Amino acid sequence: MTLAKIAIRNLMRRKAKAGFLLLGLVIGVATATAVFSMVEAMTMDINHKLEKYGANILVLPRAESLGLSYGGLSLGGVPFDVEEIREQDLVRIDAIPNAANVAAVGPITLGVVPVAGRRLLLAGVDFAAAGILKPWWHLDGDFPGADGVLLGAEAAGTLDLGTGDSLTVAGRQLRVSGILSPTGSQDDELLFTRLSTAQQILNKPGKVSMVEVAALCTACPVEEMVRQIAEVLPNARVSAIQQVVKGRMETLAQFGRLSYGISAVVLMIGALVVLVTMMGNVRERTEEIGIFRALGFRSSHVLKIVLMEAAAVSAMAGILGYAAGIGATHFAVRLLSGGHPVAVSIRPEMAGAAIALAVILGLCASLYPAVTAARLDPNEALRTL
Amino acid sequence: MSFIEVKNLVKQYGTGEAAVAAVNGISFTVEPGEFVAVMGPSGAGKSTLLSVMGAMNAPTKGRYAVDGIDVYSLRPEQGADFRREFLGFVFQGFHLVDYLTVLENVMLPLAVSPGARQEKDARAKEALAWVGLADKASRLPGEISGGEKERAAIARAIVNEPPLLLADEPTGSLDSSTGRDVMELILRLNRQGTTVLMVTHSSECAGYAARRLLVRDGRLAADETDAGDAEVPKDLPVGLAAAGGGQSIG
Repeated sequence: MTLAKIAIRNLMRRKAKAGFLLLGLVIGVATATAVFSMVEAMTMDINHKLEKYGANILVLPRAESLGLSYGGLSLGGVPFDVEEIREQDLVRIDAIPNAANVAAVGPITLGVVPVAGRRLLLAGVDFAAAGILKPWWHLDGDFPGADGVLLGAEAAGTLDLGTGDSLTVAGRQLRVSGILSPTGSQDDELLFTRLSTAQQILNKPGKVSMVEVAALCTACPVEEMVRQIAEVLPNARVSAIQQVVKGRMETLAQFGRLSYGISAVVLMIGALVVLVTMMGNVRERTEEIGIFRALGFRSSHVLKIVLMEAAAVSAMAGILGYAAGIGATHFAVRLLSGGHPVAVSIRPEMAGAAIALAVILGLCASLYPAVTAARLDPNEALRTL
Repeated sequence: MSFIEVKNLVKQYGTGEAAVAAVNGISFTVEPGEFVAVMGPSGAGKSTLLSVMGAMNAPTKGRYAVDGIDVYSLRPEQGADFRREFLGFVFQGFHLVDYLTVLENVMLPLAVSPGARQEKDARAKEALAWVGLADKASRLPGEISGGEKERAAIARAIVNEPPLLLADEPTGSLDSSTGRDVMELILRLNRQGTTVLMVTHSSECAGYAARRLLVRDGRLAADETDAGDAEVPKDLPVGLAAAGGGQSIG
């Protein structure tokens, strides 16, 4: 016979109460686990998408700008001394220390061209890189060949052209190989050709107007890659496209803060359930505690019995709560992500943290009932002596 | 030095004009191996006296010492250790823990005592065998009779081999035949050297004791000792019988 055995036997006897206690804590721990796992899974998913798809570094030609103002009104700036980026210099990006983190390098040559009496923007792009850099592109048709052109949705509408039609761009005959579905971005208004085609039409051989870089940056800050690229392209202005990332992360952080708040409230309710149940438990066991004390149990022994019961239930609640939380996360993430698979990681340290959280919460909530039990006057408790 | 010293013991409840002295200046001593019955009418203060002697109810005044230990000068945790090492309790209502088996109930005092598990197990089984309940070890208290519960309670009280057994109406919940069996056990225990102090209303139970204290209105009204070994059962002295004895076992 040990104190632990007494604690376990009492729990087994009061299965309904132990179950209620367990449920209170399981709900709290499951909520906290689900929230943490969900925020973690969604953060990882967003990071993954940001890393895998889309540009997050922009390389622009270095240019001096002269600010103009007249009569207290700002008239914007006038760029001058523009040093265009040479296509051949871009291979240097492959030599930066974090070259392995570079998923795609997409040079773009831009220029205004006359088409059917209108002035439109022509973009020469590397369509292989565009597949990674612009994952939101959906097109009706194919990527263009050397004499082909891909039209943005709005441009196709303006020019009233469809796939297979021909148009003359700055005197060069090009065939429409495909039309982009509307993206809601400036891409809708552009004409896209191969980089070399655009360079020929715009008379910018070997020159690029800007470069989009997709960096896989799980283990390194994107700023570090920006610095490395700026070092190898000293005549270019390299910057991270942080607004999108920051915006998404801020939204997620707000969601996280709200969720953590809700978790804290649910955990508090769980702790109250433990407190009330354990207090009731102690009151019901007054006579039993009196027997223990009369038989020579110290106050600390009674305290230990009550806390052991709380710890046993709490540890069980931690295990079940973690499992329930992970299950709920799988379900919720699938709903929130619109059906596409999002990995929910099962990590031993998180399971350990859930169990520890449950045990700490259970012990803290049981401390007052345990102290009350330990302080019971054995004579009052027994009443018969 | 006597084994038990009770000197000018006062236990008062309430304060001021509402104060009531349940025990009001009782003094006596008990020698090792004595069997003392405390008798008296209801409300006389005998149960309060027993709770004070059980180290669970600090007196308002006076001294209570066992084997030279001033019990109420001990710190609370030392008091618990004292109860475990010096005292065995037999309660009127058995007070077995209903979710533990008979054997586990007997082992309760050992749960917080030092010693190997096998040794504790053997001692508990030995105590159960001594009270004749070896075959009921795995039963729950709800599955045995009242007499068996009382015997289990006695086994639990003696498993630590305490030098002093305190019994509160040990036959109060039993029929006369079963009550006699229980009293035989207590007498046997006393004859093996355990000092017994028993509160009882029953003259028949008191007859097992070699010495009887009569408590009335919180004071010691009589203290009578038999000349030789107690005969079982025997008539009470006239003073005690008139004072509240005269009931039969159970």
